[in-house]
Amino acid sequence: MSKGKIAFYWAGSCGGCEVSVVDLDETLFDVLEHFDIVFWPCAMDIKYSNVEDMGDGEIDVCFFNGCIRNEENQEIAELLRKKSKIMIAFGSCSHLGGIPGLGNLSTREEILEQVYKKSKSVSNEKGIYPSSSVDEHGNEIEVPALRKYVSALDDVVDVDYYIPGCPPPTDVIKTAVLALISGNVPPRTEVLAPNRTVCHECKKEKRDIAVKEIKRIYQLDDIDPKRCLLEQGLVCMGPATREGCGAACPTANMPCTGCMGPPSADPLSENCEQGARMISAIASITDVVDEKNSEEDEIKAALDEIRDPVGIMYMYSMPKSILKRRRKE
Amino acid sequence: MTLIEINPITRLEGHGNIKIFKDGNGKVEAAYLQIPELRAFERFCMDRQCELMPQLTSRICGVCPVPHHLASIKALDRVFDAPPTARAVAMRKLMHFGYMIEDHLLHFYFLGGPDLLLGPDCPPEKRNIVGIIEQYGKDVATEIMKHRRFGQDIIRMLGGKAIHPAFGIPGGVSNSLTEDQLDGVEEMARSCVEFAQFSLSLYKEKIMGDEFFSRAVVSDEYSLDCYNMGLVNKKNGPDYYDGDIRITDADGKEVVRFHPSEYLDHIGEAVERFSYMKFPFYKGIGWKGLVESKDNGIYRVGPLGRYNASNGYSTPLAQKEGKELERAFGRPCNMTLAYHWVRLTEVLNVSEELLDLVRNRKLMLDGGLRTPVGKITGHGVGCIEAARGTLIHDYEVDGNGLMKDVNLIVPTTHNAAAISLSIAKAAQREIDNGIEETDRMNRVEVALRAYDPCFGCATH
Repeated sequence: MSKGKIAFYWAGSCGGCEVSVVDLDETLFDVLEHFDIVFWPCAMDIKYSNVEDMGDGEIDVCFFNGCIRNEENQEIAELLRKKSKIMIAFGSCSHLGGIPGLGNLSTREEILEQVYKKSKSVSNEKGIYPSSSVDEHGNEIEVPALRKYVSALDDVVDVDYYIPGCPPPTDVIKTAVLALISGNVPPRTEVLAPNRTVCHECKKEKRDIAVKEIKRIYQLDDIDPKRCLLEQGLVCMGPATREGCGAACPTANMPCTGCMGPPSADPLSENCEQGARMISAIASITDVVDEKNSEEDEIKAALDEIRDPVGIMYMYSMPKSILKRRRKE
Repeated sequence: MTLIEINPITRLEGHGNIKIFKDGNGKVEAAYLQIPELRAFERFCMDRQCELMPQLTSRICGVCPVPHHLASIKALDRVFDAPPTARAVAMRKLMHFGYMIEDHLLHFYFLGGPDLLLGPDCPPEKRNIVGIIEQYGKDVATEIMKHRRFGQDIIRMLGGKAIHPAFGIPGGVSNSLTEDQLDGVEEMARSCVEFAQFSLSLYKEKIMGDEFFSRAVVSDEYSLDCYNMGLVNKKNGPDYYDGDIRITDADGKEVVRFHPSEYLDHIGEAVERFSYMKFPFYKGIGWKGLVESKDNGIYRVGPLGRYNASNGYSTPLAQKEGKELERAFGRPCNMTLAYHWVRLTEVLNVSEELLDLVRNRKLMLDGGLRTPVGKITGHGVGCIEAARGTLIHDYEVDGNGLMKDVNLIVPTTHNAAAISLSIAKAAQREIDNGIEETDRMNRVEVALRAYDPCFGCATH
């Protein structure tokens, strides 16, 4: 039987998804027995022109990580879509926009201005930005432009499956890859990961007690490693986040930040509404019911330390949230 | 005028392309390294809750999340006026050393190393980790993966995840290791010392014997006379976690030494149109563009920058290797391809340091993990040596603990000008010698991979 062909690509990303593939260690040997890797810029010397020379649909599976931040990301996404039978959005940036998706809270001009003019150490007397230009010998140098906003992969091309996480956990990748190797593929557009919440796999003890007020982690004198972090007053995104990581961050006594995105069983999450889920989780755990006093003030005080709800609750999913991006000044 | 383009540059972290313009006589007129990407952490981290910065900024780089996480938490220690406890520092170093081993090995066996281990002109489809497994056998491959995994395991034990760990709290850390886990780490460290020695012997055997490398390494085109920078301890030895920043000139003379919080007095960043990467320079000399000259403030960081800006290693086996390195290449050494040898010597040095650290069970097991935070001071600079060089995080925070300003100078950014010059010089050598078949253009990329660049990091 001839081997299948797979490709790995990164768009607006950090390289963590590539390392998560390298971290498959010996499983990588199994993959290599079934597939030839025909494109993987991080690890192999195959150039864009080699991909352009491939036939349409020649690549069996393309694992695409990273968000769509600039024109080049979009062009390569379109190229790889054309060349691939199955396109997988790999990791939270291509799945939901990821942390770079927080760039949608600023305009493109604000971004360029901060990075190349206002930033403390910059010395930019000419006041220039990176842009296509001509050098002193008359050579034209093209520079890909930033898009106005960040998009997830399925905003620019059709996506067949999603593998969530920042980066995707090893077991989630293994299960997905083994399914592909065996030809046992699930229905199209599915997220290839279990579908309950992080709380279901978190071993910390829940006492079903109410919380008086939300705190910042540095305001807690002690973090009890055995107890639920939300019940200790921390914004732990577990109740609004898909499982599959083994509650990795809570295991290190740190709150979940929501990188797996919301589970998809709930109709609420049609729009990937991780924030809405989290707000309802916080509402149900915060004890502010005192009929006599002004409820509004009390709620406000209890939630006072959630200073950046948008950044916390959509840390990985801004471009796919109901907010999507800033519209106006 | 002809344009030769290498797009994308490969076997490194992040995006980039090389554009080489030839004049009418076929000579190189100009060569540019362009980094086409920008995610803008310096902008979108503003207005975020500051305690999330270690997790947000670790996403600058999935290859080196640990130093970002740690530089970030070191900045927050200062924002909250909370010097971490001795045990917390020890836990952070444990994670950092595990990371250094993993990251350097990743470079030698997966990224830059295949050029050396398989030869620079080995066919492109073989010139990678798969080729290494084929040539060196599954046993060696298993050892490579095992020792990389050791580094990842140490990070995971402390931070829950190997990539993007969650661990740092202002004034300390969230987690520590049990006695059993420490026994495990001690065993790993011992094994890493041996594997570092194996890797060094492999390097010497392959490089010294290779015709291209033995000539290229000493050639002017694969050298660069510039300034060097790295963190040093009180005795001017390299310090990977803390210390002062020291800058030396191309002859090894100290030019300046300062506390990282004073970096703005000494480091500026130039902007050029052709790339999203900024170009840091030493302010004492100034920025004269992409020109190799002692009157230009271009400097290098990372293994070779540290080697040149410091003297001697802290541990016995690394000291011995360092001496051999000095005999072969001298100190300072301005040969770009020497980065590889220094990098492997650092794996040995860090493995020995890790072993010493984990054996200190009193430090590992006794004392608190956190200093209670004080009042918000509003400002903090955190600095650390990442595998690729000096990393600076500078934060302004308001009274509500929200980020108001973020300035980041990342190792590969420090190296931006030096890498660009190295590429231009290598291109000149190879193309003016009449070599320009696509496959042999890899020799130009060889000059760039020596730095172990991380361009996702560099533009951030």
